[in-house]
Amino acid sequence: MLQLILTIVLYLVMVVPVGIYVYHIAAGKHTFADPVFDRVDGVIYKISGIRPQTGMNWKQYAAALLGTNAVMILLGYIILRIQSIGLFNPNGIGSMEESLSFNTIISFMTNTNLQHYSGESGLSYLSQMLVITFMMFVSAASGYAGCVAFIRGLAGKTKDDVGNFFADLVRITTRVLLPFSIVGGLLLVWQGVPQNFSGNFIVDTLEGAKQVIATGPVAALEIIKHLGTNGGGFLGANSSTPIENPTILTNLIELYSMMLLPGASVITFGKMVRDRKRGNEASKAALPVSEKGKRGKLRSSLTVWMYGREGRTIFAAMGILFVIGLGVCFRAESQGNPALEEVGLNQSMGSMEGKEVRFGIAQSAMFTTATTSFTTGTVNNMHDTLTPLGGMIPLLHMMLNVVFGGKGVGLMNMIMYAILAVFICGLMIGRTPEYLGKKIEGREMKLTALCIIIHPLLILAFSALAVGTQAGLAGITNGGFHGLSQVLYEFASSAANNGSGFEGLADNTLFWNITTGLAMFFGRYLSIVIQLAIAGSLMKKSFVNESAGTLHTDTFSFSVILVFVVYILAALTFFPVLSLGPIAEHLTLWA
Amino acid sequence: MSKKKQKLITPEIFRQAILGSFTKLNPLCMMKNPVMFVVEVGCFITLILSIFPGVFGDVGEGSNLRIYNIIVCAVLFVTVLFANFAESVAEGRGKAQAASLRKTQKDTGARLIREDGREEIIPAGELKKGDIVLVLAGEIIPGDGEVIEGIASVDESAITGESAPVVRESGGDFCSVTGGTTVVSDSLRIRITSDPGNSFLDRMIALVEGASRKKTPNEIALNTLLVSLTIIFLIVIVTLYPIGIYSGVRLRTSTLIALAVCLIPTTIGGLLSAIGIAGMDRVTRFNVIAMSGKAVEACGDVDTMILDKTGTITFGNRLAADFYPVGEAKRSDLIRCAALTSLHDDTPEGKSTLELARRLGDDSREPDGAQFVEFSAQTRMSGIDLPDGRKLRKGASDAIAHYVTAQGGSVPAGLQEQVERISSLGGTPLAVCEDDKLLGVIYLKDTVKPGMTERFERLRAIGIRTIMCTGDNPLTAATIAKEAGVDGFIAECKPEDKIDVIRREQAEGKIVAMTGDGTNDAPALAQANVGLAMNSGTSAAKEAANMVDLDSDPTKILEVVEIGKQLLITRGSLTTFSIANDIAKYFAIIPAMFMEAIPQLQVLNIMDLATPYSAILSALIFNAVIIPCLIPLAMKGVKYRPMSSGKLLGRNMLLYGLGGVITPFVGIKLIDMLIAPLLSLIGLGL
Repeated sequence: MLQLILTIVLYLVMVVPVGIYVYHIAAGKHTFADPVFDRVDGVIYKISGIRPQTGMNWKQYAAALLGTNAVMILLGYIILRIQSIGLFNPNGIGSMEESLSFNTIISFMTNTNLQHYSGESGLSYLSQMLVITFMMFVSAASGYAGCVAFIRGLAGKTKDDVGNFFADLVRITTRVLLPFSIVGGLLLVWQGVPQNFSGNFIVDTLEGAKQVIATGPVAALEIIKHLGTNGGGFLGANSSTPIENPTILTNLIELYSMMLLPGASVITFGKMVRDRKRGNEASKAALPVSEKGKRGKLRSSLTVWMYGREGRTIFAAMGILFVIGLGVCFRAESQGNPALEEVGLNQSMGSMEGKEVRFGIAQSAMFTTATTSFTTGTVNNMHDTLTPLGGMIPLLHMMLNVVFGGKGVGLMNMIMYAILAVFICGLMIGRTPEYLGKKIEGREMKLTALCIIIHPLLILAFSALAVGTQAGLAGITNGGFHGLSQVLYEFASSAANNGSGFEGLADNTLFWNITTGLAMFFGRYLSIVIQLAIAGSLMKKSFVNESAGTLHTDTFSFSVILVFVVYILAALTFFPVLSLGPIAEHLTLWA
Repeated sequence: MSKKKQKLITPEIFRQAILGSFTKLNPLCMMKNPVMFVVEVGCFITLILSIFPGVFGDVGEGSNLRIYNIIVCAVLFVTVLFANFAESVAEGRGKAQAASLRKTQKDTGARLIREDGREEIIPAGELKKGDIVLVLAGEIIPGDGEVIEGIASVDESAITGESAPVVRESGGDFCSVTGGTTVVSDSLRIRITSDPGNSFLDRMIALVEGASRKKTPNEIALNTLLVSLTIIFLIVIVTLYPIGIYSGVRLRTSTLIALAVCLIPTTIGGLLSAIGIAGMDRVTRFNVIAMSGKAVEACGDVDTMILDKTGTITFGNRLAADFYPVGEAKRSDLIRCAALTSLHDDTPEGKSTLELARRLGDDSREPDGAQFVEFSAQTRMSGIDLPDGRKLRKGASDAIAHYVTAQGGSVPAGLQEQVERISSLGGTPLAVCEDDKLLGVIYLKDTVKPGMTERFERLRAIGIRTIMCTGDNPLTAATIAKEAGVDGFIAECKPEDKIDVIRREQAEGKIVAMTGDGTNDAPALAQANVGLAMNSGTSAAKEAANMVDLDSDPTKILEVVEIGKQLLITRGSLTTFSIANDIAKYFAIIPAMFMEAIPQLQVLNIMDLATPYSAILSALIFNAVIIPCLIPLAMKGVKYRPMSSGKLLGRNMLLYGLGGVITPFVGIKLIDMLIAPLLSLIGLGL
């Protein structure tokens, strides 16, 4: 328990400077590292013919994002199909089959990293580097760029300029992902994570058997896998293997590197929105004192400085959801498994099945909750063997897809719920709803509603299809409630662009490759385009006045309301299937 | 305030509403309300299932299944009826009001003046725009129009409920007349300004009846939210069927429909249009006619209110504050004469003069045989002719000066000085004379209406700034502004200044409300987001405004704003309540659905409902009866007290959010206790 609290407190401290740094980059402000990066970026802009100062409206921005990703999907697909050529392929891996290539390339381009293959046997080093590692950078930067554009739209400094996608892509890659990766990667190497081009080692074990030990350019992939909330492991067993995640220190490095940037995006949001508020205040200074009064004090508080006024609310709401989830998961795992107890296995350590002894229950529960909340998808224990309720938390957090989320996507989704909450709360105080100084009207409601419908539609419709067809049923290895959990998990993981697997699903079949591929594709791009459209629609509106009668969204009570809205609207949608899956399993297990 | 009290439901409205609930069942009509349309479709499917229980492959003992399906179908039917009933009641109340208005619109004859000057009697319904009619004393004005000739007093009680007649004359701000009102004295020549069927009264009737009701932007947005929630829950239900089969549960079609209807926001869906109509109705009951629902909604958002000083914030320069003798006249003489002239003067000026005189120790009595001289527009003075032949007069200083000179007297030099001094203080001087002797002036001071300060305080609490417009000089304006407690003022305000202020406020993203009556107010009324015109004002002002106050009481805008807020709050509260209800419904239905196949889910049956059948039906029945239970709330609107947004949100969240979570738990449990024994009687035990 203590180590969980310490882990979280340390995170809350670390996320602030990172957030401020990212804010400076997103807002194009001066940072200490500018002298170096300006030159690097300048060269890239020159080579690729990018004019970073040219702004784009939301449609151009979305088109640039989609177009860039489409080209990369095509190139990546070709590489996967022809990877058998002898380039960087010491282990002689063959080319990938069509539907699996389709699934894999979408999986990595959408920042999902759902893996229907095992890295050590399915990919050449060329593919690992050129497709997997490269995509991990680009997909993360794409998502983050989308988020930054979205925030610019909400901050509404201009009427239609949300920034330049290519410039954002370059800046985020060179100024955030690359430097962080280099530092983090070296730390991992220091802790023993391999980084080489050697072929696999074959060693004689003490028992005299032969064992193949995988190796390769692991550290480079490992760090961006977390930093970019990608999650696709170099090896099939992902971060639970000592090759990828050897010590408790590497575990923390990996944990923090996946948590930092999504948290930072909330801070960026808070600070960029605050920018505008400040400007407004200057013009309001002439007003009588009575109108400011108490609120002046609030503004200067420490947390506001750290997370930004509006950012703090969102951060708190996400934090509450995260801590509740973590608590349930940790408790469920600590209880152990009564079925194992019955056969004589001591459960005093908690349910250790599928977990690494060097991490224990606490760090496993933490990692599990974080990887699904931050939609990374990396695992340091097997989620399939979590206790039913312990396994429900990662499932639920992917269904919500708002608990920090991967690379700013969680923030964008949370804003959708904030718009809903504002709509209802605004009415409750007798005003037509407004958020961040903009009126929420029919058009925004329509888009928001669409965005919120997509997620449950993808998860539930595909799950129903899977359990209703022979092709889908064929993949389910465990019958009963657990089988349903596996199916739900697979599609929730795809639609939320998480990518972790419940495993235990025989998923490398045409059916599963195609359905999850589609879920990932629509889950990613439909949401981003719609969210950019909302930002585009909001930024065209003029700011409305803020007074004592306005709904204040920078309060803690709004965080609580937001949590309720998320639980009631998002969680209740999945309550029937959850009660047939993990809840029924839990009740049966403990009956 | 002539707020008409009316019972929530009269037997007549009730009868009409019952009829309306059935006629609205027409699917084409239901389609306008997608949430309730889903319920109607569900009802239709269960109807088929009641006749052919096995048509969708449901399994179960034939007769049991049929009875169950019949009950579900019946409850759904009642749910739709309840929703229709709510809408019909709201419409009925509007119609009842319209009917009382329509009584005034008797088919009267009109004296049409032909171009050649001939007079011809035609039915009022045939009058066209531009026609000129003559209306004599005792006749009803046949249509909306402008006085082009004459001056007369008009009884407008039919429209406003105010019994005192008002003066209407050609030119100026008092030239507009409304059809259906009666000329009491003199005669008027009127140019008709509206075509038949499009008069002010006609539009008013159409509006209160709800015939020309359009969905407001906020209603559309809320509807989008409700529809999307409905879609999400339909996705949940449709996908649940195959997933259930996989888990070994073959869900009955009617159970799935029951769950769907329970989860979709039927409570707010059923009451939404009723809330809107009732909101308009509340405004109308306040004797304010809103030209659209949008205007009422905009009221809730008002940030800045622009108010005229005179008539709205203050009584105008109409209360006596002091007496100033001029020339050789003694102060006591002035006071005595002023009191005598005011003995029968019922205007605020007269009453307050008398009151002030009494306070200053004057006790002059009316001598027998004295003759009171009424104020007239021609002479601009009033007074008293005493039996001893003396004539006392008070009135506008130039009129009195003229009168004194005509009598052969002279005007003392001090008069002009006093008049100017009083004017510069923002007051109005009223001169008093005795025959040819000018005694002095009464200082009529501008006085803030009682209760205004508290009102502005209340407005400030809900974040509304008030700006006072006045023609006074800055010094006077500042004094009054401070006394009244407004947040800002514009002195020496010209009509175009008002527009400038409105534009400036709007540029800052503020929603502006204003009141006005004159023709030169019309552009500002049109520019403001909420423009409330006085019914006594010109037709130009009324056309430009989006609301008209029949009582011509400018302070009413404050109440209208509160009604607008109340409308939005009612909508939000019932939405929250409706969504919060889902939690309990889930806990009633989910265990009931799966208990047969997965007995362990009994743990989720936290309400301990008797049987799966009774659990599902209890939730469904609760879902139906909550609609009529909330009709009174939807009609009256939730209570609104001005307070800061944070407090208000906390209070309403507690009441309707938390209340919405808890109420159905209690309600469903109670219904279950009632119906469980009944169900087991008809073989739907377990």
